[in-house]
Amino acid sequence: MVTLNSKVPEGPIAEKWTNYKAHQKLVSPNNKRKLDIIVVGTGLAGASAAASLGELGFNVKIFCYQDSPRRAHSIAAQGGINAAKNYQNDGDSIYRLFYDTVKGGDYRSREANVYRLAEVSNNIIDQCVAQGVPFAREYGGLLTNRSFGGALVSRTFYARGQTGQQLLLGAYGALERQIAKGTVTLYNRREMEDLVVVDGKARGIIVRNLITGKLERHFGHAVVLATGGYGNVYFLSTNAMGSNVSAAWQAYKKGAYFANPAYVQIHPTCIPVHGDYQSKLTLMSESLRNDGRIWVPRKKEDAEKIRKGELKANDIPDEDRDYYLERRYPAFGNLVPRDVASRAAKERCDAGYGVGPTGLAVFLDFKDAIERLGKDVIEARYGNLFQMYEKIVDDNPYETPMMIYPAIHYTMGGLWVDYELMTSIPGLYAIGEVNFSDHGANRLGASALMQGLADGYFVLPYTIQNYLADEIGTPRMSTDLPEFREAEENVQERLSKLMGIKGQHAIDKYYKELGHIMWDHVGMSRNEQGLKEGIEMIRRIRDEFWHKIRIPLTLNELNTELEKADRVADFLELAELMALDALNRKESAGGHYREEYQTEEGEALRNDDEYMYVAAWEYKGPDKPPELHKEPLKFEYIKVQTRSYK
Amino acid sequence: MDFKLKIWRQKNTTAKGRFETYNISGISPDASFLEMLDILNDQLIEEGGDPVAFDSDCREGICGMCSLYINGRPHGPDHGITVCQMHMRNFKDGEMITIEPWRAKPFPIIKDLMVDRGAFDKIIQAGGYISVNTGGVPDANAIPIRKENADLAMDAAACIGCGACVAACKNASAMLFVSASVSHFTLLPQGRVEAKERVKAMVAKMDELGFGNCSNTGACEAECPKEIKLTNIARLNREFYKAHVS
Repeated sequence: MVTLNSKVPEGPIAEKWTNYKAHQKLVSPNNKRKLDIIVVGTGLAGASAAASLGELGFNVKIFCYQDSPRRAHSIAAQGGINAAKNYQNDGDSIYRLFYDTVKGGDYRSREANVYRLAEVSNNIIDQCVAQGVPFAREYGGLLTNRSFGGALVSRTFYARGQTGQQLLLGAYGALERQIAKGTVTLYNRREMEDLVVVDGKARGIIVRNLITGKLERHFGHAVVLATGGYGNVYFLSTNAMGSNVSAAWQAYKKGAYFANPAYVQIHPTCIPVHGDYQSKLTLMSESLRNDGRIWVPRKKEDAEKIRKGELKANDIPDEDRDYYLERRYPAFGNLVPRDVASRAAKERCDAGYGVGPTGLAVFLDFKDAIERLGKDVIEARYGNLFQMYEKIVDDNPYETPMMIYPAIHYTMGGLWVDYELMTSIPGLYAIGEVNFSDHGANRLGASALMQGLADGYFVLPYTIQNYLADEIGTPRMSTDLPEFREAEENVQERLSKLMGIKGQHAIDKYYKELGHIMWDHVGMSRNEQGLKEGIEMIRRIRDEFWHKIRIPLTLNELNTELEKADRVADFLELAELMALDALNRKESAGGHYREEYQTEEGEALRNDDEYMYVAAWEYKGPDKPPELHKEPLKFEYIKVQTRSYK
Repeated sequence: MDFKLKIWRQKNTTAKGRFETYNISGISPDASFLEMLDILNDQLIEEGGDPVAFDSDCREGICGMCSLYINGRPHGPDHGITVCQMHMRNFKDGEMITIEPWRAKPFPIIKDLMVDRGAFDKIIQAGGYISVNTGGVPDANAIPIRKENADLAMDAAACIGCGACVAACKNASAMLFVSASVSHFTLLPQGRVEAKERVKAMVAKMDELGFGNCSNTGACEAECPKEIKLTNIARLNREFYKAHVS
């Protein structure tokens, strides 16, 4: 077995990052111009990294599949971004943010990375305000905060229900400024198809121009993946339609280890599924749990009448309502972390107390908050979310409680990276959601935006220089090298094979089936038998996909069905690795809940003796099982405990 | 629900386009408009045809990628939402629905219902930002900002860059888009520092790219999915004059 070197610097945790920066290698200004860096993805991580690297003087090429970098899915994040500013004087500190994040992740993240994240969180807020991000303010002109799940302090900065949009527009503005200056070149409507490795180092990528269909070769002294998570393997998720795993998956097949693929976040407050024609699920921000109270009827017969439409939520008197989060978790109440809230909703619905036509929904009620604060205040806080809900569901949440149910939202797993955010392939970096490092087995709300911008603005622009300092003697390589040619030929072959299937069915047929398999077998709760069955079903559906789909048109033109097939083909392979990882991890931790491993009260039961490690999977070839490498996790600055929110 | 769909089909930027009519049936009133088009596309593929190309990504009204002109209105008949947020219950059973791409010279058609909005990125490149590098900035609370101004800046910054304002305007003017960006930064002390240069550069770029002028009809405001107000255009004009006279 390979030993995974996380390259965590020596010294006390609070000094590691400072010491690292003080001693790392740097690249001189005149050499920076000579170095090319490829960044794939223009979300918070990609845009902030590309802009910062461009400002430093590197020659950056950035790629996205959308028409504009401003459309990356970070834009859809609603609730906020955490930072340890302690502006509220409520006892917050870098240590407390670090502690909450490690505990929230169920002690399955790397301590040093998380500490650094908490440390730079404050810089992010300063940076964003300087860029003109219109965070919410008090009448005195200073910034205001709200609470998110898993924390006892108010440390979340927000811009109404559009925080991701405003942060991304800040990073996008910085990126466009560099594009105008010529330090960054944008390649939009491009999909990364393969990674090019020369002499063991990442040296470029093959992309498909989605308008012309042509394959292109691009060289970089280093390659940075900022391509987001893989939640769309479930077909229905809160991800954008185009969000995909392909870039990360190609990197995995070229030797980058994939860590903890089973760690998936299921967000408790989404609009419930209502039909098989549905293309995606819509999140209702976690911030709603600041003022909304979650409940189901206390009596089964009431729940049944609600399902049949014979009773309305407002007909149920308070004493017949079960505010089950407040009942089970008095300390955190409605603000327990996402995994806990999701499982509790599932437990109630499985027990027969669910509401809505399908019985797979619970109420999120603002009645008390409106009585206490007035409708105006609630509207000012959540107006756009209420409007969004009303447009989708055709029901007024100011008058009747919202109905919500958990949905796939975020993936904690991803490419394995060391402290420098480098993958197991030298010169290949992974930042933001595509890496695995900071959230352990469960991510806390408002921490994804924090991590994306921390990696992009304040971590990668330092650590990548430690690598590039040794590359200043490497001239720009010709893309006619055999490694580039071979990579392009392999892509051409794969795409031709997809085109050549010439079956008769649309891709969605198989994609939706994969989604059902994943939700039922590798979803909110898992067990050995279900996972084994799931693997068999995934293999069967993969086989059918490769024989029965029909992609119209040709390779050399805009072909949306081919784009989809290309992505789904990778999801069909990833799905099996996720199930395998879930099968291997014989414990419950965070978002990974194995039914066999639970406490008497139904809470997740970890097995620290055997599973306190990062599971990093190495690809061994198309017909061989992947090899598991373990990075042991050590906690020197936090006492590992049973995670309790009671 | 059943519908007759009249959809603009165009192979590429230079090809000549035409309307094609399709029938679709059994659509749930709770399906979104784009889900209805997904169903149509799957149907076309199963029948051996070619799917209709259209842009969409987040499907929750925030990325700004979707861009359909439905029955003569950008983003369709409902108010204050993008087409991905619109549901079929907004239409009558059996209705004929006409679907076109954005119609504006600065947004050339790529294929069918997809257009190239790269011109918007170019306008932002001209100055739609505050010129600060990463690092070396003051503490976030160092400069208090009037809540009223922060709120107005947020109202303007809510623009999703979809281009409905341009598509709705008979002059294909980008004034609402540019004014949203200019207002957002102008209202904040951090953005005032380079206010003059910003407004001059962005307006010049907008003109250069072939967007028309504003004739105050207000179609842009009426169709904006984020309800960006015309008062932003007034602010843009004021900033523009100030930059030129002082």
